[in-house]
Amino acid sequence: MTEQNSKILILESEPDILMRKHSIEDFPNESCGFMYGYETETERIITIARPVINSKEGDQKRRFEISPFDYMKAEAFALQKNLTLLGVYHSHPQHPAIASVHDLKSAMPFFSYVIYSVMNAKIDDVKSWQLKDNGEEFYEEEVRLTILNTVNKIQTT
Amino acid sequence: MAKLIIPTPLRKYANNTAFFETDSFTVDQAVEALTTEYPELKTHLIDNNGKVRSFIKVFVGDDDIKALDGIDTELNENDVVSIVPAIAGGVQALYEQIKKWH
Repeated sequence: MTEQNSKILILESEPDILMRKHSIEDFPNESCGFMYGYETETERIITIARPVINSKEGDQKRRFEISPFDYMKAEAFALQKNLTLLGVYHSHPQHPAIASVHDLKSAMPFFSYVIYSVMNAKIDDVKSWQLKDNGEEFYEEEVRLTILNTVNKIQTT
Repeated sequence: MAKLIIPTPLRKYANNTAFFETDSFTVDQAVEALTTEYPELKTHLIDNNGKVRSFIKVFVGDDDIKALDGIDTELNENDVVSIVPAIAGGVQALYEQIKKWH
């Protein structure tokens, strides 16, 4: 499912830990936030994650939304820190980390959409998706975690 | 001159630039100037009816143009115009997912 020539997404441990914690804390609701970092020719490296409020009115167990003001702040933060706004993360409580039709509806090109699957308040899986050039479907990005040794620690705290 | 902030995901269609300065008098003119300069942006910002796409919001400063005069909102010197994509999503009901897989 991975697109040829796509970059490998590296999740550094600090943002990965933060996103996992946020996804667990907000369970059974969906969490969301922005990811920042930089790119090389072959890799996209996430160095910072910043949680934002899920502003979806209604069922936050199944939907998330980020307010335009939080989006504008995210762009301003990236410019201020000389980083690239590389994507959005959110959680799928009690569901797999598979991008859904709802994720696809408003997906933008370029962004990585990282999804944490949270099952019974524990992280079960993480996957990342990016919109294909045709704008009609996602492809799965290869994700490399630098956190592996600390995952169990987080889930038990 | 007013300054447009191009959202990161669309910068690849704008020569990887973040800002676009224009002496346009309205938001409509500014968007027209932007898409004339960077034609590849047009399909991502404008729908088939010539309107700004439904999942794109435009802000002048902190104000959504919908609360002002819409696309005809006038621009003043030093206004900052933000193009803001909708960010939303969520889980798919499992029966929908299973249907998709088969």
